[in-house]
Amino acid sequence: MCGIVGLFLKNPALRDRLGSHFATMLAGMGERGPDSAGIAVYQDVPNGFQCRVTLFHPDAGFPWQDVAKGLSGELETEVNVVVKGNHALLEADQDVSTVTSRLTDVSPDLRLVGYGKSIAVFKDKGSAGEIATRYGLADMAGTHAIGHTRMATESDVTTAHAHPFIADEDVCLVHNGSLSNHNRLRGWLARRGMRFETDNDTEVAARYFAYRLQQGADLKAAMEAGLHDLDGFFTFAAGTRTGFAVLRDGFSCKPAVLAETGDWVAMASEFRSLADLPGVDDARIWEPEPQVVYDWTLGHSA
Amino acid sequence: MNTVSLSLTSVRELNEQLRGVSDDGSAPAWRVTDPKGAHAVAAGLTGPVQVQIDGHVGYYCAGMNQHAAITVDGHCGTGVAENMMSGIVRIRGNASQSAGASGHGGMLVIEGNAGPRCGISMKGIDIVVGGKTGHMSGFMAQSGNLVICGDAGNDLGDSIYEAVIYVGGSAASLGADCVEKEMTPKHRSRLQDLLSRAGMEQDLDRFRRFGSARRLYHFHVDHADSY
Repeated sequence: MCGIVGLFLKNPALRDRLGSHFATMLAGMGERGPDSAGIAVYQDVPNGFQCRVTLFHPDAGFPWQDVAKGLSGELETEVNVVVKGNHALLEADQDVSTVTSRLTDVSPDLRLVGYGKSIAVFKDKGSAGEIATRYGLADMAGTHAIGHTRMATESDVTTAHAHPFIADEDVCLVHNGSLSNHNRLRGWLARRGMRFETDNDTEVAARYFAYRLQQGADLKAAMEAGLHDLDGFFTFAAGTRTGFAVLRDGFSCKPAVLAETGDWVAMASEFRSLADLPGVDDARIWEPEPQVVYDWTLGHSA
Repeated sequence: MNTVSLSLTSVRELNEQLRGVSDDGSAPAWRVTDPKGAHAVAAGLTGPVQVQIDGHVGYYCAGMNQHAAITVDGHCGTGVAENMMSGIVRIRGNASQSAGASGHGGMLVIEGNAGPRCGISMKGIDIVVGGKTGHMSGFMAQSGNLVICGDAGNDLGDSIYEAVIYVGGSAASLGADCVEKEMTPKHRSRLQDLLSRAGMEQDLDRFRRFGSARRLYHFHVDHADSY
């Protein structure tokens, strides 16, 4: 059992309050996943910088400012650094690959948690409420967010195994369920150049969707392809820089509820996480059908 | 009418109160507000109380119900009225998967749609769904009646025993050993009684009856693929 939540804002006036609404949603799924929790928040990066990476280091006193200063000198460009708990956001007006390639030798324990133009990712061991407080979720602004509370069944309880999984620039996935063909699919993707960081089944699904997106599919088509290639139980919530999508397997034993108003779309494993959203009493509320991709795009919301 | 807000009272305290007043022979009425998707609301009631719940509930609402009349003015999550023994449970909205699972008796009315596996392993309960049902409804249903006024999803009545299924719309597909059966005057009369008790008006001519072909009751090598 795990809990997943997603909030996609259609009304830009609500963006300042994304984090506060989303923190309530994440806390609502705390009982479904007490081992660890994680969030991916899509935000405008200050100064219009083209690259934002989220990094994790287990050492609480890790010298993030020194890393930023070194990177800034090496790239001869300004680097913003925002430290939250054991995570840090580094932002620069550079290609993502240029920045990430300079970080590989900084420390063997330094881990790239998220990367892209807008995504910020925080995932850690602990309860949903602890994670939300530790990383200041309630104060975060943004366009959409995806979160997960984990009760591990397939692999270790570590921050690396916590969701969301980021598989490409601004591409993230959370999952409730378990996949049965992930080992074979991991090999299939590895032969096509996808690299893996864990033995986790959800990472395979994330890399699979990223691969389909790289091949030219849009988010909806990528997830529809997954219905053919992924075997197992799943309720997925996926995010891209401008998109948000939900998909359940044909058996649909893993729960999901969608709610939509003119201002927002929200998804959760259970209604408990939606109960305090503004205007929920007038929202359209439904259970997503098996094997149907539900997707929304910023600026083109249905 | 006693009113309890689940913003102020825990589900455990609420259910203790709902059980506590059921022994004096009266039929007290309760109103529950602010359920906000809570699990096990009004579960395990044993007396003839009337409970009105204003809002959406989570898993296992009205589970194991005996004698109580419980109405949910909202949607409900997994397993509403699971293992119900008697009484009546009415959902004014939609129900998620496994509604009425394993129910032994009483009546479950879902005015909206029901999700997958509605009436799974039912053992005597009567279930009336005003809308459609999801896949594998009536799976291994042993006894009782499942009335679906709208359409039924894939694999209706898979491995069904002696329960009876009535469908007003269309069935996407039938599960193993489930077949259409003749709608006799006796079955029309039973269907009318079920709909009347559920408070639903329907054109009986739309309905078809489904049940077990009884081919899987005893092992037969020709049916090995269906087990």
